Amino acid sequence: MFNLEALDLARIQFAFTVSFHIIFPAITIGLASFLAVLEGLWLKTHNDTYRDLYHFWSKIFAVNFGMGVVSGLVMAYQFGTNWSGFSDFAGSITGPLLTYEVLTAFFLEAGFLGVMLFGWNRVGRGLHFFATVMVAIGTLISTFWILASNSWMQTPQGFDIVDGRVMPLDWLAIVFNPSFPFRLAHMAIAAFVATAFFVGASAAWHLLRGNDTRPVRKMFSMALWMALIVAPIQAVVGDAHGLNTLEHQPAKIAAIEGHWENADNEPTPLVLFGLPDMQAEKTQYAIEIPYLGSLILTHSLDKQIPALKSFPKEDRPNSTVIFWSFRVMAGLGMLMILVGVLGLALRRNGKVYRHRGFQRLVLLMGPSGLIALLAGWITTEVGRQPWVVYGLMRTHDAASQHSVAQMSTSLALFVVIYCSVFTVGIGYMMKLVSKGPQPHHEHPPAGTQVQTPRRPLSAVTDNLESATRVH
Amino acid sequence: MGIQGIDLSLIWGVIIAFGVMMYVIMDGFDLGLGILFPMISDAQERDVMMNTVAPVWDGNETWLVLGGAALYGAFPLAYGVILEALYLPLIFMLAGLIFRGVAFEFRFKAPAEKRHLWDWAFIGGSLLATFSQGVVIGAYVAGIPVVDRQFAGGGLDWLAPFPLVCGVGLVVAYALLGSTWLLVKTEGMLESRMRHYSRPLAWLLLAMVLVIGAWTLQLHPELATRWFNHAHLTVFAGLMVLAALALSGLLRSLRQRHTHWPFVFTLGLMFLGYIGLALSIWPNIIPPSVSLWAAASPATSQLFALIGALFILPVILMYTFWNYYVFRGKVRIGDGYH
Repeated sequence: MFNLEALDLARIQFAFTVSFHIIFPAITIGLASFLAVLEGLWLKTHNDTYRDLYHFWSKIFAVNFGMGVVSGLVMAYQFGTNWSGFSDFAGSITGPLLTYEVLTAFFLEAGFLGVMLFGWNRVGRGLHFFATVMVAIGTLISTFWILASNSWMQTPQGFDIVDGRVMPLDWLAIVFNPSFPFRLAHMAIAAFVATAFFVGASAAWHLLRGNDTRPVRKMFSMALWMALIVAPIQAVVGDAHGLNTLEHQPAKIAAIEGHWENADNEPTPLVLFGLPDMQAEKTQYAIEIPYLGSLILTHSLDKQIPALKSFPKEDRPNSTVIFWSFRVMAGLGMLMILVGVLGLALRRNGKVYRHRGFQRLVLLMGPSGLIALLAGWITTEVGRQPWVVYGLMRTHDAASQHSVAQMSTSLALFVVIYCSVFTVGIGYMMKLVSKGPQPHHEHPPAGTQVQTPRRPLSAVTDNLESATRVH
Repeated sequence: MGIQGIDLSLIWGVIIAFGVMMYVIMDGFDLGLGILFPMISDAQERDVMMNTVAPVWDGNETWLVLGGAALYGAFPLAYGVILEALYLPLIFMLAGLIFRGVAFEFRFKAPAEKRHLWDWAFIGGSLLATFSQGVVIGAYVAGIPVVDRQFAGGGLDWLAPFPLVCGVGLVVAYALLGSTWLLVKTEGMLESRMRHYSRPLAWLLLAMVLVIGAWTLQLHPELATRWFNHAHLTVFAGLMVLAALALSGLLRSLRQRHTHWPFVFTLGLMFLGYIGLALSIWPNIIPPSVSLWAAASPATSQLFALIGALFILPVILMYTFWNYYVFRGKVRIGDGYH
């Protein structure tokens, strides 16, 4: 019992720190590509609206990037401090993948981020655009490595077990493991969708306050196009990802569906809502739709999906949690598609820029992409339990042997630090958003610093609190 | 161990040792500024102090993340065991680094009446991070028991006199690095104040090094045989002589009011101490019992990661030097990178 409690605390700590962290990289990935598109459009059309939007969002990008670096520092150490059993067992594979992720991130920061954030007046337009594009590609390469590592933990292959430890045999097979393409696509698109709704909500906020300028309209329109096109794509990719999970991690799917047993030859219904009860081995208060489970997961009307009871009790993921986290993700996904379609319908005669009800809806949906992203990660990670490396190593064998007292101390410390430090950071980002896009002056006024540092946060000169209203 | 006779573990051992050294030397002086911060009360001088490292501090911390990731990739056993054994001090170190990192940025953006809050976050974070690092080094040198590839000690083993004294020792060392760095980068009152602090700090560091050195020999008598046996005596005697020269050079250059030499000599002292430490631990990666090769990941893992490292590390190094070059010269009151 003693050990289990320390294990629970270790899991909570990892979930807490990684959830906090992932918000920043997700927005980084989305904004980097958004900025590349804005700059590309500006170079192509010479429309200054794009340039002003570029400068507006690159400041928010800079602060967000800084927060990601600081919160990521902790992640690089957690595998060893809290999960030494896992590090020793699987470090020969997850270690080099993490090394590549870190190297890529620093290469990006060293090479191109400085030019992107500080080089506007110093390098040619083409070179600056190149740097922005490289930063955008770099964020995706980082995503590539970290998701290769995570996907390998979900669907491991390309290895042998020697002396009770993983021995890599084929790096191509390791990186391109069965769930990797689906997870990479699902995550990258999730970052784009989350960013689109962040940008859309920022624009809606300005429109609702009467700040109806061309850049604000433009970013509202771009965010809505993005939602219209990408949210449905995400649904298709998510469906494919689900089928892949059904093939490789059937217990996860059974738990997501709250589906306990199969009757003979009866198609699987879809449990719309209910409360899966791990003790009673059934889903309480279930509202079911016949056939729909089979239809969605097997794309047929008669095939069954595996049921939770067909897995030994100790191999079942917690259905109560992921039944709901999955529905939060999927439900928000549907809402996002709806917002995209509504946006299209309201475009006629520019009604979308005047319809306050719709703007309030978009504002409300601002965090929806990030919430869906977190809910999705909770589903896939809790759904992998009780394994840390699926089918190979159980989570309770992965944890470091820390006492409850140690784990509580460190967890409390992280909660205090993250809540204080990142609240300030996020508050600062919100303040930058509230300033709105400003016309950009091509040449800095005389007396401006010749030397500037190449650190993300110093690209932003606005004060933390004093509300400087711009006329 | 290697592919076609190449000892990959040795290469990775050198890369990680180099990365950690880069970290200790470079983050050392900017952590030192936080330690010296309470001695300077003038707000403008505090701005100058921060501005001397503003362009470089986060690049300095790059090496810490790189060291952690490289250790994970090349020596997963060492990564798991060392980080588990030193759990709380490492968590405290990370907490300190987060606080001072964010304080660095937001201090300049905060309204004047709230700036002192960020000042305290900067001071507290720097002290906590430095002291914890010293404790980590001390506990590491004292030895981490390993049985069956698992940490076999207690969670509070680090809470012993020797690691704690090492924590104090590192605070002194970083303070000296910080004060001599400011001699290079500042002028006027601030410079003369730092010159005033550097001398006692140098003597204090000497005292700490002697105490810690003698204590280490008492903890590990076998080290005495290594240091003083015939084959190694020349190397260690050479290190000692160089260290004595560096210390006297430091004191002389302080007296002669040089701007750059005191920092160079302090860097030399740190470097010599680091080499001495590395040679004492060699060939172990988890002292006292696990060698580089015993903790290594399979050759295919080390080779895979090495390809990326050999490509990207030179770029990071070039960028680092370029960044220091661009921001060379004295920082004056009113100069702002913000």
